[in-house]
Amino acid sequence: MAAVEQIGRAGRAAPRPFWTVGRLRVAALVVIFALWEIAGASGLFYRGVLPSSYLVVWALLGLLTSMDFWFHAGVTGLEVLVAFVLGCSAGALAGLMLGANRYVGAVLEPFLHYLAPTPKIVFLPILLILFGVGMGSKIALGAISSFFPMALGVAAGVRQVNPVLLRVGRTFSLSRFQMVRMIYLPALVPSLATGLRIGLGISIVGCLMSEIKLSRMGLGFSAMEYYRVFDIPSMLAVLIFIFFCAALGNVAIDKFVRLPGPQDRQKRKWSGFTRRFT
Amino acid sequence: MSDAAIVSRRSFWRPPPLLARLGVLAGLLALWEAASYAGLVNAFIAPPPSAIFASFEMLFVQEGLINAFVRTFAEALAAASIGSVIGISAGYALHRYKMAGLAYTDWVAAMASAPLVLLYPLFLVIFGRNSATIVAMGVVGCLPPIILKAKEGLDGVRSVLLNVGRAYGLSRWAMFSMIQFPAALPTIFSGVRIGLLFAIINVVGVEYLIVFGGLGQMISDLGDRFEIPGMYAGILFVVLVSICFFFITEKIEKWLLSSK
Repeated sequence: MAAVEQIGRAGRAAPRPFWTVGRLRVAALVVIFALWEIAGASGLFYRGVLPSSYLVVWALLGLLTSMDFWFHAGVTGLEVLVAFVLGCSAGALAGLMLGANRYVGAVLEPFLHYLAPTPKIVFLPILLILFGVGMGSKIALGAISSFFPMALGVAAGVRQVNPVLLRVGRTFSLSRFQMVRMIYLPALVPSLATGLRIGLGISIVGCLMSEIKLSRMGLGFSAMEYYRVFDIPSMLAVLIFIFFCAALGNVAIDKFVRLPGPQDRQKRKWSGFTRRFT
Repeated sequence: MSDAAIVSRRSFWRPPPLLARLGVLAGLLALWEAASYAGLVNAFIAPPPSAIFASFEMLFVQEGLINAFVRTFAEALAAASIGSVIGISAGYALHRYKMAGLAYTDWVAAMASAPLVLLYPLFLVIFGRNSATIVAMGVVGCLPPIILKAKEGLDGVRSVLLNVGRAYGLSRWAMFSMIQFPAALPTIFSGVRIGLLFAIINVVGVEYLIVFGGLGQMISDLGDRFEIPGMYAGILFVVLVSICFFFITEKIEKWLLSSK
């Protein structure tokens, strides 16, 4: 038995298995789809709670052709974009400062380290008082959320920069700016990419959760409006649209932030996910 | 910058980091307090720290802080326990069936970076506005790290250990419970730990959003009543609680890693 397994694992003499990666994925999609339809039709849940998928697709088409929807999508998009840019650039700067000076890092980094895994949504009441119920409070929460993973990731990245490179830079008596541009930044690309990826995800969560809590516009507001009038297909369509945009954003970050060196793609994909807590 | 400059800068006396950290914290609080009394900061928007600390008593006596904490804690713990059972099983399956691992690990990783908490309206319509929704959202939040870390840990078990098990002809269950699980425990625990933190984040977040049970609801209520110092105190309490969790579980993780 063990011998057979080992041969299979080595990939020698084993026949090509029927369940290839592609087939398994298609099968999983079919099963999920079928389960959804069966559960919806079974009557176990309240009527209309799990609407048939064609209703959801229909609702999605309806949304995509309505001006109102694109207004809400534009509001949320703008909020997320501003929050993401503000939070990530502030985070990257803070990370550079903490990483570059060992003492400052030792004194101040624990604050970030321990604040990072706290639920940021609890700060929303303060932000509502400070910035009002408009876009300001949403942007602030999104920015705060994306600040921490970026700052911690970059600080850790700076400390891992190869000291030989730093000495080379000093030998050439580079200015501080040149050091950042020519040595730190190229070495920091992986940390930056990870920070951007996590930052995007949680700035979306931050903006949308605060929209859901209290707002008059945006996709979070629009999803809750559909929930209130029990238009579940439209609510799901909004959620699907949000997930689609989030996935698109991740793909874009992957495409534009090229990682140097032959790194293990699989590993890099989610290594940063846990980094925000280490 | 010359080396001499660096050396001369280093030669200044600096307090040890811990002391400096406390100093920074005390300084910021003092500054806030002073700014508040000087009228530079609107006391309604940002009440002075003394008022915030003073309102803790009100939280304990009137708002049932302990009950709210126990409730949130129980929900997060329930979510993390359910998530651990499902997640470790799923991680084992992805480890055991290589093809499934290749097919689905990417999906789990994508789930990890997706804004899953936004699914809560769906759970709200399925379970209704009660604890089940909150626990379910906690489970959804903690699953991806637990699955990924469990698979990583099981994949990393040294083949020498597995060969010993095979030599003794262990059954699959014995192999898992006596060899694979103990060997992968530190990695699995770090997944469970991140999962627990994510569960707390989701539980408090959903409590706050649907204004139901626990600390999230308490903060939302205090904010709605414009009980501003109390609201700040509640927020501070949540932050302190999650810091405690983080700290304690970090220590346990280090201990597990050192005893590996």
